Amino acid sequence: MKNTKEVVIEKSLFLIALSAIFMLFLIAIFIFKEGTPLIFKVGFKNFVTSSKWFPLEGQFGIFSMILGTLWITAGALIIGVPLGLSCAIFLSEFVPRRIMAILKPTIELLAGIPSVVYGFIGMVVLVPLIRENLGGPGLSILAGSIILGIMILPTIISISIDAIQAVPRSYREGSLAMGATKWQTIHMVVLKAARSGIVASIILGMGRAIGETMAVIMVAGNAVKIPRSILDPARTLTTNIALEMGFAAGDHRQALFATGVVLFIIIMILNIIANYAVRKR
Amino acid sequence: MNTIEVKNLNFYYGNFQALKDIGIAFQEKIITALIGPSGCGKSTLLRCLNRMNDLIEGVKISGEVDFKDKNIYSKNIDVVELRRHVGMVFQRPNPFPLSVFDNVVYGLKVHGVTQAFRLEEIVERSLKATGLWDEMKDKLNSIATELPLEQQQRLCMARLVAIEPEVILMDEPCSALDPIATAKIEELMFELKKKYTIVIVTHNMQQAARVSDCCGFMLLGELIEFGTTSKIFTSPDNQKTQDYITGRFG
Repeated sequence: MKNTKEVVIEKSLFLIALSAIFMLFLIAIFIFKEGTPLIFKVGFKNFVTSSKWFPLEGQFGIFSMILGTLWITAGALIIGVPLGLSCAIFLSEFVPRRIMAILKPTIELLAGIPSVVYGFIGMVVLVPLIRENLGGPGLSILAGSIILGIMILPTIISISIDAIQAVPRSYREGSLAMGATKWQTIHMVVLKAARSGIVASIILGMGRAIGETMAVIMVAGNAVKIPRSILDPARTLTTNIALEMGFAAGDHRQALFATGVVLFIIIMILNIIANYAVRKR
Repeated sequence: MNTIEVKNLNFYYGNFQALKDIGIAFQEKIITALIGPSGCGKSTLLRCLNRMNDLIEGVKISGEVDFKDKNIYSKNIDVVELRRHVGMVFQRPNPFPLSVFDNVVYGLKVHGVTQAFRLEEIVERSLKATGLWDEMKDKLNSIATELPLEQQQRLCMARLVAIEPEVILMDEPCSALDPIATAKIEELMFELKKKYTIVIVTHNMQQAARVSDCCGFMLLGELIEFGTTSKIFTSPDNQKTQDYITGRFG
C-alpha cells in the first residue's frame, strides 16, 4: 500500500521534472525552426559578418549588433565585477554578521527593481550626464554598460558572499596563525578557495547582462552601425528583436528569430568558456 | 628559561568565565602538555598564547601573557608579528587548497620571501624536517587537501617550520588520526623539540605521558597542578589530578 504511494509520487515528480526540460527543448526547437531557414537563405557567414541591416530591402546583417552586445556586456562586467567583488569581500570579511544580515537582503532587493526603472533612471540621469561631460549623444555603449553593471551587482554580490562564507574557518585560522595579515589571508587563501563560486556569480551576472533588453533599449541609442567608441550608440541582439518584432513579417520576422539563434549560440559559447576556465585551474 | 609566561589570566566568552586566574610558564625547547577533560579550558588557554581568540566575537580577557618578557596583550604589540613567532597546528589538519609546494611557501610569501631558489631550498628543508620529503618530492604540485590526513598534518607542521617560529602550539594534533599516524606525528614532535618550544593540548593521557616533559592538568577553567610529566603521572600532589590520571573521571 505504502509502496504504491511511493512509486506514484516518484513517477509524478519525474514527469514534472521532465516537463521543465521538455519546455526548454521546445523553446530551443521553436527558435531554431523559425530562425534557421533565413540563415540558410542569406548564408550564415553573410548573416553574422555583414553589418547591412535593411530588412525591408531584404538585407540582413547583424554584425554591428553582435559587436554591440559584446561591447556592452564586456563594459557591464568591467564595471560590475570589481564593484560587486569588492562589496562581497567587504561585507563578508569586514562587516559584523549582524549588520551583514541587514545589508545582504537589502542588496538582493536591487534585483527586484523592474528593469524599466533602471532604464528610466539611466535615461533621465545618466544619459544627460554623459552627453554634457563626455560628449556624443549620451545614448551610448557607456550608458548601457553602467546601467547593466549596476543591474548585475546583486547577482554577483549575493552569490560571491555565499561562496566566501562557505570557505572553512580552518583555512582562515591556518593562515592567520602563520602571521598572515587579514588581507593576505583573504586574497591568498579565501578568494582562491571560493573561486568556483565567484566565477559562477560572474557567469550568472554575464548571462543577465547579455539577456537584458528593456534597460538597454532606453539608454544605448539602438543605432544600427558599428560602434567606434564607447560614446557611440549601439544596438544589441536582444534589443533588435524587441524593437522590431512588433511590425515584422515574413523574412524580416524570420531574421529576428535568427538573431535569437545567434544570441543563443553566443551565450552557449561564453558559458562553455567560463565553465572550462573554472575547471581547468 | 621560560619562553612564555602566563600571569593571572582570566578569560570570558560573554558572561562565561572559561579561564580562572591561570599562572603557568612554558620553558624553552621542551614539550609541555596541557591535559584535562573536555571543556576544561585547555584549548582556550592555548589559543590565548598567540591571540587566536581575538577572532571570536564577544570575548574578554584580563591578566598577562609574556612572550620573551613582553606582554602580548599590551596595546603596542603587533599581533601579526607575534603569530609569526608563535605558530599553531590545529585539531583537524587544515592545509590550504593549494599545491604542496604553495602550502609550504605560503608563510614565506606572506613574510616577503620571493626568490625562487630560496623558496625551493626552504621547501626541501622543511619537508625533510617533517619527514615528508621522500614521499612528497615528486608530488610537490599535487593538491594538499587530497593527501592522507597524516600527511596533511605533517604538511601543516612543515609550513610552520618553513617560517621558523620559536614556539609551536598544537591543539590536539592527533585527534583526527589513527594510532600509526599518531605514532609518526609523535616521533616528529621529538625531532621538533630540538629547535622549537612546543605546547600541546591533548585529551589523550597516554600521549601526554609519552611525549611531554612538563604537564599541566586543568579542570573547569583552573590549572589544578603543573609539574614535570613524571611527577604528574606518578605522584601528583593534588587528589583531583590523581583521580583524573587514574581514570576515575573525565
